[in-house]
Amino acid sequence: MMEEQDVQEGSYTSSTPTSTLTWISWFCSLPGHEYFCEVTEDFIEDDFNLTGLNSLVPFWKEAMEMVLDMDPDEDASKIPDVSLVESSAEMLYGLVHQRYILTRAGLQAMVEKYESGIFGCCPRVYCVGCNVVPCGRSDMPGLDTVKLFCPNCNDIYIPPSSRFQGVDGAFFGTTFPHLFFQSYRELAPAPFWKPPTTSSPSGRSPRSNESSSSLESQFVNPNPYGGQKRAAGYVYVPRIYGFRVSERAKSGPRMAWLRMRPESPSELDQVDWRGKWIGDAYSDDEDDDSAGDEKMERFDFDTDGEEDEEEEEEEEEDDRGVPMQG
Amino acid sequence: MEEVSTGSDSDYSSSWISWFLSSKGNEYFCEVDEDFILDRFNLTGLNNEVANYAQALDLITDNLDDDIQDELRGSLDVQARLLYGLIHARWIVTQRGLQKMLDKYKRADFGRCPRVLCTSQPLLPLGLTDLPYEKSVKLFCARCEDIYSPKSTRHGSIDGAYFGTTFAHLMGIVWGSLGCVPKGGGGDVMGNVVRVVEMARVGRERERERERVGAERERERVGAAEQAGGADEYRPKIYGFQLHETARLQRWQEAMRDRQIGRLEKFEVGSRG
Ligand SMILES: [Zn+2]
Ligand SMILES: [Zn+2]
Repeated sequence: MMEEQDVQEGSYTSSTPTSTLTWISWFCSLPGHEYFCEVTEDFIEDDFNLTGLNSLVPFWKEAMEMVLDMDPDEDASKIPDVSLVESSAEMLYGLVHQRYILTRAGLQAMVEKYESGIFGCCPRVYCVGCNVVPCGRSDMPGLDTVKLFCPNCNDIYIPPSSRFQGVDGAFFGTTFPHLFFQSYRELAPAPFWKPPTTSSPSGRSPRSNESSSSLESQFVNPNPYGGQKRAAGYVYVPRIYGFRVSERAKSGPRMAWLRMRPESPSELDQVDWRGKWIGDAYSDDEDDDSAGDEKMERFDFDTDGEEDEEEEEEEEEDDRGVPMQG
Repeated sequence: MEEVSTGSDSDYSSSWISWFLSSKGNEYFCEVDEDFILDRFNLTGLNNEVANYAQALDLITDNLDDDIQDELRGSLDVQARLLYGLIHARWIVTQRGLQKMLDKYKRADFGRCPRVLCTSQPLLPLGLTDLPYEKSVKLFCARCEDIYSPKSTRHGSIDGAYFGTTFAHLMGIVWGSLGCVPKGGGGDVMGNVVRVVEMARVGRERERERERVGAERERERVGAAEQAGGADEYRPKIYGFQLHETARLQRWQEAMRDRQIGRLEKFEVGSRG
């Protein structure tokens, strides 16, 4: 019999919030819950938004009361263990959250967090600090923890801090990142990128700070429904003693394609929906137009040196592989 | 007497190097053999890079006179770290240095790739330039062949020149593929075939992820539409142009990959015939 319940705590669990704080605000302020936004109570109270969730959440009614700070109308002693209700409340809130962040109000709440950098930025160096959004790899709870989606490299990453390892990815879901960047196209990097010309064009005055910043704002993606932000497009090029490593070397680069972007949006049209080049736009025989302006070495030396086939130095290749102009 | 103490500053029994290595934030560094440091040939040119070079060298080799220690202490410590870092960059591209770094790599001392589809591939430290004071250290993943920023700011503030541009890739050459594929025992033709298979596999992984998540989304959409009786205000069309654009970019990237595979296969046939 628990006769000595601490009266001033007033609530039926030690870890529920103090009276001034709603359960939702309290929940969102816990360490590891930084990615959650606060779902409005009227969204939770609307049964339509909860359709199908009650089969996933045990102690549905009690969990609901906890999330909405309602006094339990019957005595809570029916529930064997209050922590069961707590985890149900978390599950309920998380699944409602997954739906809420797909609404206009939810997206709005998340974009505010996004712009203040709460979700952090992409760990990839050449995404140069592009902010990321939380996401799941599944919409069903219990399968995987929350991940971070970067709109610049279109890849997903493990959150940097272990405190997020207890957060279910389903509470953010698979749809959210895509809907988010579709709704805020000005935050979505475009799929093409032209490296800036390093030498300033002749006739341009060197003090072109203003003109370059206005160039910056002039970025336009001809696809009005596509990402409207200038992408961060550099791809890492491995070097050994200052030389780029040829792809023909045994340990030469093989994965640059994963991060490449075409220079112009029209190049995307040269690949069909099956991923095949249209009209053989790129035949394998045109490796010779070496736009590569650097020397490259194969670095194929065998460490035990049993072979010394000295082939003539290969022709240079453009590391981006797309020497297309106009 | 060989005990490595865990670095309290007043600990005279421990050498400067073991104190340095055990200090928080220096986990990426390996121990440079003393005879490497004592061979002046290996230090060529470093006297121009480091102020108070002679005393800094004395400090890291535990030969510093006790009486000058007090006046110079603070600045000398900074110079000694710089000197050790620059020596370290030269050391880790030697046979023994590579071996020490390989041991650290196997223990994942440099962390693991944050990219989900790289499944915790261990990383290697790397500089974007070999000049000090320019860029902080980055981490290279041999699986996605991309570079990442260290998670902790302590590591993020280490000078990349202490690891250099070459080391991580030299590891790949000397120890074979550092990716998930063991080094193919045969000649380079074999090695290349393995890498091509790996390329195709990484691409397929991503396609599978795309399909899986796409199917999940479709299920969710259909389910929601059924529940909502078709009127689905809260789930606007997600197969919009933005998603379409990303999918097109990924198809283009995979076509670029296929083109590279084609080039490599052709090259292999050519070099065999
Ligand atoms: Zn990124
Ligand atoms: Zn990786």
